[in-house]
Amino acid sequence: MFGKLSWSAIPFNEPIDMVASAAMILVVVLILAWITLKGHWSYLWHEWITSVDHKRIGVMYIVLALVMLLRGFSDALLMRGQQAVAVGGHPGYLVPEHFNQIFSAHGTIMIFFMAMPFIIGLMNFAVPLQLGIRDVAFPTLNSVSLWLTASGVLLTNVSLVIGVFARTGWLAYPPLSELKFSPDVGVDYYLWSLQISGVGTLMTGINFVTTILKLRTEGMSYMRMPVFCWTALAANLLIVAAFPVLTATFAMLLLDRYMGFHFFTVDGGGNPMMYINLIWVWGHPEVYILILPCFGVFSEVVATFSGKPLFGYRSMVAATMAICVLSFVVWLHHFFTMGAGADVNGFFGVMTMIIAVPTGVKIYNWLFTMYGGRVRFTVPILYAIGFMITFILGGVTGVLLAVPPADFVLHNSLFLVAHFHNVIIGGVVFGVLAGYTYWFPKAFGFTLHEGWGKASFWCWFIGFYVAFMPLYVLGLLGMTRRMQHYDDPSWQPYLLVAALGALIIAAAIVCLVIQLVVSIRTRDQRRDLTGDPWDGRTLEWSTASPPPSWNYAEMPYVEHEDIFWVWKRQAREGRVRTPKTEFAPIEMPMNSPIGFIMAFFASVNGFSLIWHIWWLLACGLIGGFISVLVFAWQDHSEMEISPEEIARAERARETAQAEVAS
Amino acid sequence: MSVLTADTSPPPPAHPIPSPSGHGPASKRITIGYGFWIFLLSDIIMFSTFFATFAVLARATDGGPTGAQLFHQKTVVLETAFLLFSSFACGMMSLALNARNLTATYISAAITWVLGAGFLVLEITEFADMISIGATPQRSAFLTAFFTLVGCHGLHVSLGLVWLIVMMAQLATKGFRFSVLSRLLCFSLFWHALDIIWVALFTIVYLMGGSH
Repeated sequence: MFGKLSWSAIPFNEPIDMVASAAMILVVVLILAWITLKGHWSYLWHEWITSVDHKRIGVMYIVLALVMLLRGFSDALLMRGQQAVAVGGHPGYLVPEHFNQIFSAHGTIMIFFMAMPFIIGLMNFAVPLQLGIRDVAFPTLNSVSLWLTASGVLLTNVSLVIGVFARTGWLAYPPLSELKFSPDVGVDYYLWSLQISGVGTLMTGINFVTTILKLRTEGMSYMRMPVFCWTALAANLLIVAAFPVLTATFAMLLLDRYMGFHFFTVDGGGNPMMYINLIWVWGHPEVYILILPCFGVFSEVVATFSGKPLFGYRSMVAATMAICVLSFVVWLHHFFTMGAGADVNGFFGVMTMIIAVPTGVKIYNWLFTMYGGRVRFTVPILYAIGFMITFILGGVTGVLLAVPPADFVLHNSLFLVAHFHNVIIGGVVFGVLAGYTYWFPKAFGFTLHEGWGKASFWCWFIGFYVAFMPLYVLGLLGMTRRMQHYDDPSWQPYLLVAALGALIIAAAIVCLVIQLVVSIRTRDQRRDLTGDPWDGRTLEWSTASPPPSWNYAEMPYVEHEDIFWVWKRQAREGRVRTPKTEFAPIEMPMNSPIGFIMAFFASVNGFSLIWHIWWLLACGLIGGFISVLVFAWQDHSEMEISPEEIARAERARETAQAEVAS
Repeated sequence: MSVLTADTSPPPPAHPIPSPSGHGPASKRITIGYGFWIFLLSDIIMFSTFFATFAVLARATDGGPTGAQLFHQKTVVLETAFLLFSSFACGMMSLALNARNLTATYISAAITWVLGAGFLVLEITEFADMISIGATPQRSAFLTAFFTLVGCHGLHVSLGLVWLIVMMAQLATKGFRFSVLSRLLCFSLFWHALDIIWVALFTIVYLMGGSH
């Protein structure tokens, strides 16, 4: 009846698992109870869950990412704690089975369910506003993307309570991930979560490529787009080109596991190294999908807080697109030890070093933007400066690893772990936190508390160095990654320092939470009435904070780059733009529950596939098909915003601005 | 706020003010077609992964049957003919839709469907014959790659057939409205893209893969 599912799937005999599961269930139940008691369900359903507004979808992505940051980081703390004590005769507190699940879950969650949703959330929120338009190309599809990502998150977290997660590392290399060596449901949880969320991500890519290439407001030529839009375009092109490879590769591994196929098996002529090639054909572009939008955030932040146009806009665009293309010809540097020979390794080593050139161009552009500017040291620019210092170091160790002979010594060691955390924390995490602080007032109408933000930044910055510099040393000393236990006591001092670093990062995350709570409690003192709290340069700062659902009462006409800056300069010169009083009605897409419904059926299908509950799978597939039919037969997909409503919102904004001015 | 029946009216024209450096947002029809093209490109990339896999595993027969022993060129030529004529009928359907001719649309859609279904029947028979002589996907990596690549194309054709039935039901209940027309435009793009995949498949799997 229930396939492979039985009571033994719940880990009653593992205290750490049970406590974590109980805590997670308790938190979820408390939140649901609070929503029910306060009667917020209707509001949540109508204003958020069924919303197709790109700004709300962006906010929901970021909420998801922040929650998963907590989950992924608690895994990191467990690992650092284990390695700090598990030396010689001391086994530590995590058994190998559990330790392996934790490092697999940490990587999977941090990349797929923290970094990706955060980046996609920022793009969702900012790109349509920066392009001067009212929504993305396919708003309902956007909602489907969000909820499919959430479905992947749900399945991954269900594995904590029911069954196990993969013990294969975050990329599930075969032959270890084949049925023969991983017979339990761990790898299936991994594969189905990522298949479902991967489909969501692919649809996001299609949506944003179409939006950026086809829907820019009038006059917004390519060379007038804000750099964040350029980097978003590059990232989404990479999504469209890379995620189908991931889907196909996971499909092959699933066929191996479910139907006895021989893609990656060691028998029957299968080829495990083919998986490793394919997964990195996706995986290397993936790191640029994450980092390029962060480069975009830093470009916006550095220009805004230096009060200067971005230095070398065109070279920044060229560098972005160069990285976009080059990211597809470096994948083999993830496994120089495959034995492809000196020529192949030499090619990929050189390509890897070449990709550092456009990245270097970008660093100089940011430095020259700040040079001679009046730099205001707010939280976002602190992250930008911290990023430049940290990312250069990570880039240098990356170029070092790109030298095949050096890689033969250092591969799979903690040196590698230190390197990619160096670029991911120093690049992606600093980038998304800068973007979060930068656009928060636009999304909610009040700024975040500076003091707690700065405290968080310094803890992140110092904590990162304390946590990861010892790992470089350990890598050179020969410590490999993913060790549950080690015998060499001379490694322990370094691992104790690294654990201390993890605690400092924990303090940074606590500061982030306090910052959010304090800012919400004191929001009346930190209202942004002008819509332009940072003296911004791009279109999103020209509308109200938070913007109305239609973003712009009238689609802006763009005749220059940094158009909002130009308008403000013209205003200072006395060229007053007469405020409009007559408005045309605006057509906006109607809310739709289809995204949530599709994700519900995707979760049901994923769960029944993982546990081989075939009747439930049939129900889920039929339910999903019927939902699509019902959706396809709907006649009304758009509603009209009346001119009176637009005029009311515009009046309110002008009154607020006048109050600030007087 | 009032609910619009936007579907019944043609999409609004682009903003009338001319501009030297960009024309503002594209129309809905263009946007939908463009987005679907991007989707098709991503689908082709997914197929290219399966093609690459097939190329790597084509000789990994593990002592089992080879392509030369299994493939029958006659069946494949027949399959190709079915699919190409189905695509031709689909083109006729697009013309009938543009002329708003309901009868011609139904007839050409029916021909499209029958030829597509005929292709599937041939493919399933081919698979069944292979499985009956022990050439199953579990037999060797070569057969794994073969069944997955060709089967993935067949799955696309099957989904297309379901889609076409749904669209004909939509046409019958809703008539030539914008949403129905744009979905049928996407369908015909999809159907033609499957032909492009098939041409590559025919060449790489049946001609090149059948030679060793």
